[in-house]
Amino acid sequence: MTSRVSTGTRPGARFAQFKLVLLGESAVGKSSLVLRFVKDQFDDYRESTIGAAFLTQTISLDDTTTVKFEIWDTAGQERYKSLAPMYYRNANCAVVVYDITQASSLDKAKAWVKELQRQANENIIIALAGNKADLVAEHPDKRAITTSDAEAYAREAGLLFSETSAKTAENVRELFTAIARKLPLEQAGARNMRSNPRQGVDLRPEAPGTQGGGACNC
Amino acid sequence: MGHDSEGSAAASDEGNTATDRSIAPSPPEGHGVGSTIDETAASVGDLQIGAESSATSHVPSAIHQDEPRPPLPPRPGNLDLLQEGNYSPGSSLQRSKKSARPQLQSTATTALSRTDINTQSYQDGSRETYAASAETTPPSKPAGVFGSIRMFKGLGGSETGDSASVKSYAPTLEAGGDVESLLGEVLGASQGSPAWKLLSTQYEAPDPFDSVTYEDDEATVEFYREFDEIRAVDPDGGNEEQQLAQWQLKRKHFLILSSAGKPIYNRHGDDNLISGYIGIIQTIISFYEGANDQLKGFTAAGARFVIMSQGPLYLVAISKLGENDAQLRVQLEALYMQILSTLTLPTLTNLFANRASTDLRRPLQGTEPLLSALADTFTRGSPPTLLSALECLKIRKSQRQVINDTLLRTKCDTLLYGLVVASGRLVSVVRPRKHSLHPSDLQLIFNMLFEARGVKAGGGENWIPLCLPGFNKNGYLYMYVSFVSASESDGEEADDDRSESGKQEEIAILLISAKKESFYDLRKMRDAVVDQLDKNGSMSIIKAAVRRGRPTATDIVPGTVLRHFLYKSKGNVQFTMPSYEPHFTTMLARRRLLSLYHTLHASVHAKNARLKVHHCISRDSISLAWVTPLFELYCVAGPHPSRNALAQSANKVVQWVRREEERVFIIGGAVF
Repeated sequence: MTSRVSTGTRPGARFAQFKLVLLGESAVGKSSLVLRFVKDQFDDYRESTIGAAFLTQTISLDDTTTVKFEIWDTAGQERYKSLAPMYYRNANCAVVVYDITQASSLDKAKAWVKELQRQANENIIIALAGNKADLVAEHPDKRAITTSDAEAYAREAGLLFSETSAKTAENVRELFTAIARKLPLEQAGARNMRSNPRQGVDLRPEAPGTQGGGACNC
Repeated sequence: MGHDSEGSAAASDEGNTATDRSIAPSPPEGHGVGSTIDETAASVGDLQIGAESSATSHVPSAIHQDEPRPPLPPRPGNLDLLQEGNYSPGSSLQRSKKSARPQLQSTATTALSRTDINTQSYQDGSRETYAASAETTPPSKPAGVFGSIRMFKGLGGSETGDSASVKSYAPTLEAGGDVESLLGEVLGASQGSPAWKLLSTQYEAPDPFDSVTYEDDEATVEFYREFDEIRAVDPDGGNEEQQLAQWQLKRKHFLILSSAGKPIYNRHGDDNLISGYIGIIQTIISFYEGANDQLKGFTAAGARFVIMSQGPLYLVAISKLGENDAQLRVQLEALYMQILSTLTLPTLTNLFANRASTDLRRPLQGTEPLLSALADTFTRGSPPTLLSALECLKIRKSQRQVINDTLLRTKCDTLLYGLVVASGRLVSVVRPRKHSLHPSDLQLIFNMLFEARGVKAGGGENWIPLCLPGFNKNGYLYMYVSFVSASESDGEEADDDRSESGKQEEIAILLISAKKESFYDLRKMRDAVVDQLDKNGSMSIIKAAVRRGRPTATDIVPGTVLRHFLYKSKGNVQFTMPSYEPHFTTMLARRRLLSLYHTLHASVHAKNARLKVHHCISRDSISLAWVTPLFELYCVAGPHPSRNALAQSANKVVQWVRREEERVFIIGGAVF
């Protein structure tokens, strides 16, 4: 069911679109990872994300395969927690981020992984990212979580794993590419297809029932 | 037109004199100024509606008949008396037996519909005039709505295009007469104000409003350092004294603490540095609280302390910039609204009901930049906050109509409010007929988008749950935000390659819904809006208007002596002003200008001074505040021009606004 671009491009070209959500404790660097991935920029003094930001980035896996990510960069604060299901509900993939210099942030990440495995899409691809590797490169004593511990956990839970640095760009693109390669291009649902790039896609959730469920509580 | 020089109240020779009578010394019901002005406003309102519905053409003479006569500049003798109502920094403890809080600014209903004008007297001797109807009714159903709708119809039917509505007509000051009395030496109130003194000491040049380079002036650096970060206190406390000295140099502080004394927010310094002060402040406040005698404010060491108690929170402003209590209270109110906007009132109340010692900083985590952006806006000086009004982008009425129509046409079902905002100025708004937008809510939104960097720096589209306390302080709304670059390179994917050049260049599409799942609906609507605005040329009109910036005072009134002015249309809860160029380009010059405006504003809103024209001459400038039921005008000229020239220019400004009213203000707005 993988989409084939019907017009304009050479035969055999594949284009698929996937929804990705970033989760993790506040201040671990979710937005910085996204900014590095999408715009190849880094901002030393970044203010907290308010609500959630929605960005897109397209990458080419090979000569014929293009993957477009629709990225939900969520805010890490507790008060936004109740909104999270809205962002991961139809997500094809998730990046759960922790800060390798903050032990508690991995606990939070594990909680997110658990929640995703229970509540999100059955086939969701989850990647665990230990961010701020640059801090440890300069001051090894700052590390609070060893690579092997995190790696062991990731293997056990069936997650992709890498340590990243949004600041130096280390492993950032690689992480997203690894996710893209693992995504089931062959089974991409109809909503991930884009037949006419200029027309855009109807991005609403497929089942109207899921949307009507949450009546406004204000 | 005879020129009555006997006092500030202009004797009227004909027509409706309701306005003039409002100056009469004995208010009818003992409520002081408030009730008098209410009547005035009401009668003027009637008059307008009548005029609008009956007059098919704007015949000047007919209008003259019904218009209140203009006030005249008061004689110097009067001025001195009237100035007694001014804020005096010498007064020490000011408290009030009543624990009633001042009425909230946010009760003012929309900037976009016409409402009754009320005046609120504060305990501390000032008053605020605002258009309000929501005070005694639930915010969602303003009482004035039906009246407004009726008036919209009258407006919509007008075939006069961009021409002035009757409402905007204000008679002109007769500047020609009685020159001798105008030349009396009057000591400007501003000269005595703390801010003026403070900022004057930083400055040696005879004419501070002339553009001068400030770089060599050592003292001015202090104000430029106002926003510098104070470093954390070292663990061993080694640098504490040094940091404390820096902390004390700040002109303005905002502190928020819980009634149990837990720090929640402070603009400058870290906890270790100021925990002592927090303790002292909490002790002082609770001392009075214990005596059931709420402390409202006091002066110490040249700084004014104003305390506002809001449920479980104390908000404290400490200012050496010379604002009066009412003005500082408005600022504290805005900070409180920001907290409500993050948490909603029920959440805030529950947190403290469950545990009085709750640490609110955790639930508020990540919103410090929003609070600081507000605080810094107030420290720099903010006309929208001072006037409790909004500024709109000046475009032609027909052009705005096209944008309104585009929003209405592309509107999706879940939309509550749709706004187009360019560089902090409102371009267009669509709203449901029965809901208005509150200026205080818009201030929070504008602050979040254009002053704080968090949202914009994300570089994408945003979906932001927020509570708009003026709309409903009990629940969240959801706001879709997308920025479009206003710079030359416009492409269809403009938001992807937007420039980093800051707020000057940003156009934001804001779509607000009550449904948290409606992101994709609103996103689709945004695409349609941007697409159509591009196609029908509106986008380039907005961009051009943004790039053009505000006109200078001399663009508006050729050859004028005015260097700057603020014109607030009370009925529309909107204001307009010229560019700060060329006289007020530096932060210090701008702050001094705003200090002067604050002083003028305080004078004409002082409880005991029912003056309508306040003239102020100082070493550095001459200035004028002119208040009518329809508008407030504050203008500033350099030190040399005569009062005559100033009054003439003030008239010209009023004429200009009258002519351009439907361009500089959004009148009515688009409803669905």
